[in-house]
Amino acid sequence: MIIYGTALLAACHLLGIFLGDLLGQLLGVKTNVGGVGIAMLLLIFARLYMAKKELLPKLTELGVEYWGAMYIPVVVAMAAQQDMVAALRGGPVAVLSAFAAVGLCACVIAAINRTERTTVEAAPEPILHDNPLLADAE
Amino acid sequence: MIEILQKAAAQNGLVTAFAVVGLIVLLSGQISRRLTFGRVHGSAIAICIGLGLAYWGGTQTGGHKGLADMSLFGGIGLMGGAMLRDFAIVATAFEVQATEARKAGMIGVVSLLLGTVLPFIVGAGIAWSFGYSDAVSMTTIGAGAVTYIVGPVTGAAIGATPDVMALSIATGLVKAIIVMVGTPIAARFLALKTPRSAMVFGGLAGTVSGVSAGLAATDRKLVPYGALVATFHTGLGCLMGPSVLFLATKALVG
Repeated sequence: MIIYGTALLAACHLLGIFLGDLLGQLLGVKTNVGGVGIAMLLLIFARLYMAKKELLPKLTELGVEYWGAMYIPVVVAMAAQQDMVAALRGGPVAVLSAFAAVGLCACVIAAINRTERTTVEAAPEPILHDNPLLADAE
Repeated sequence: MIEILQKAAAQNGLVTAFAVVGLIVLLSGQISRRLTFGRVHGSAIAICIGLGLAYWGGTQTGGHKGLADMSLFGGIGLMGGAMLRDFAIVATAFEVQATEARKAGMIGVVSLLLGTVLPFIVGAGIAWSFGYSDAVSMTTIGAGAVTYIVGPVTGAAIGATPDVMALSIATGLVKAIIVMVGTPIAARFLALKTPRSAMVFGGLAGTVSGVSAGLAATDRKLVPYGALVATFHTGLGCLMGPSVLFLATKALVG
């Protein structure tokens, strides 16, 4: 059943957000601490566990993969509701500090990533779904 | 006729949003293929169109949620809102290879810390050079340079004035937009090729929205790795902003 996959995703999502809120409360901050990240880890572990127990038929996987494939359209919708007017009206302080911060971070990213040994491991392929329709959609 | 169509679209907001976004993606795919011969990724163009529409919507309505403030496109707000965005991000984790993620664990933490402290120093420094020389304003604007959520959360905690808060949010928004648009352009310079490099990027570039859109426009396979680290960014920033970073700034400028 395809809903099992989506329900698994939803359960991981909710549990992750809950744990993130709990962590935030424990640390005394008024925000969620890594809830989505925790949810992602839960989903990774759930997949590993269920795959081992052979509890993961193709149809169940599709219930998760659909939402993974919807990711880019959702990001486009997210872009379409940014407060662009406010961002551009922020003036030189906002623009300058944003550019400087991004520039500095870009240099540090480049420096760190260049230390990575580029051995022949050649970008290990993630486990792509074998559904040709979904793979094509990306 | 038009009125009936408008009513149907407005009452079925989320469905309208699916159709509109599908149209944008289709259009940008064609632009990518025909005008740039595949050199600029379709998703990058789609995100730029989205940002352009957000600007248009913002000027039309005077609201803060871009296109989503127009009643006809209200569903965009639901489709691109935090709920579905996080749902889709979590779903991408299904493709993560656990061994890859574990290999980059330590460097991910280091880049997260750097990604919080470095933008803060830069933002606070520039705020100071523009005359915002009190510790509260410097901290709030510096926190805004981390992400546009860390800025107002920090500002509210330490009692910043509304105009400084607005400036801090604007800083974070500009940063998110630069990362969204700039990542595919700078991908080669950033050496964004492997899961590990995506995790370093996720930690340092911050802002879930910027990282996830930037990586989506660069290489869809790298999205989950970057997002996995970036989602801790806001939490860490909100943790450090009103505490360690504020106290350090206060100690420096008095």
